[in-house]
Amino acid sequence: MAHIHLPEGLPGIRGPLVFSPDTTQPLCDLVEVLLRAPNSLTMAEREMIATYVSAKNDCYYCQTCHGSTAAQHLGGAPADYELIAQMKCNCEAASLSDKMKALLAIAGKVQKGGKHVTAEDVERARSHGATDKEIHDTVLIAAAFCMFNRYVDGLDTWQPHDAEFYREVGKQTAALGYVARDWKQPLQTVSSNRAAPARP
Amino acid sequence: MAHIRVPEGLPGILGPMAISPETTKALRELAEVLLRGPNTLTSAEREMIATYVSSQNDCRFCQLSHGAAAAEHLGGDYELIDRVKSNYASAEISEKLKALLAIAGKVQKGGKHVTPEDVERARKLGATDKEIHDTVLIAAAFCMFNRYVDGLGTWQPADPRAYREMGQRMAHVGYVRPNWEEPVEAA
Repeated sequence: MAHIHLPEGLPGIRGPLVFSPDTTQPLCDLVEVLLRAPNSLTMAEREMIATYVSAKNDCYYCQTCHGSTAAQHLGGAPADYELIAQMKCNCEAASLSDKMKALLAIAGKVQKGGKHVTAEDVERARSHGATDKEIHDTVLIAAAFCMFNRYVDGLDTWQPHDAEFYREVGKQTAALGYVARDWKQPLQTVSSNRAAPARP
Repeated sequence: MAHIRVPEGLPGILGPMAISPETTKALRELAEVLLRGPNTLTSAEREMIATYVSSQNDCRFCQLSHGAAAAEHLGGDYELIDRVKSNYASAEISEKLKALLAIAGKVQKGGKHVTPEDVERARKLGATDKEIHDTVLIAAAFCMFNRYVDGLGTWQPADPRAYREMGQRMAHVGYVRPNWEEPVEAA
């Protein structure tokens, strides 16, 4: 049960977003720019960074939503979901570019704490072609997900364990993004008839 | 030296902000609503939460600038802010704020560290759902800001007076004024 009274039936971050509209707009503007604005890093790559950090923070909801969104940006096939799973458990061995592996290493350092990022980490990314902007964005995406993960878990939000739900979230997020969304609307999925857990 | 090239002379977060205007706009709006928007928690209380989390994250720039903002909201009580950072349980702040700082400290470690007992303690001392929500989100947001500032290896001034000036601006002008990096008359 969530630590505060959140609107019924809204999973993960959606409850808090509806509960607190004033903070929701800048939060959604931030994630929209970070993960979807024009960028030399693809949307898939940026969602991967978000997913990787969320997995390191052990935030089930965030890693599964953003992992699904990343997979959908790549095409949504089982092999795409498999790549995301590989990335989460061992990004150095996954089929990713050397630049992406170096950026994920930076993101992993940021997840521990900003001071863990070393000049060598950054030089490795540069040697594989990362630009200043890409390094900046990697650090900020990783930092932002250290915020989002704490927001979602810090309020102990309801987090469904339903693969079809996350698949649908991924499709909708990849298509629609994070702004001008009605977070109150339940997702229409095959299993959306399954109610949220009963609460006192 | 910062890990990326940022304009000379801009301290802390201002350097990276200068090279990324679109994310900066959202970050400034977030800080403004979190720390200065209408709220049953005062701006001083909210800046104290930000400062406490930043000190737990060992982020010099953020704890000193937001500590100064908190002090300025209180008319210049820098000593209180030092006590909040080092031992808030014995600082002259309300019991409710101490309970909220305990929640913020748990969020700093990780969201799952917040327990129902932490929340119940805050409620018993009068904290509302919104105040608990905002405490969690401020703490979470500063886990972001601290990592942004330190993760890019930004230049952080040694002179305490620099932070006092920043704190005055943050307290009296806020976070969304244009031309943020230009000097302003202290209020």
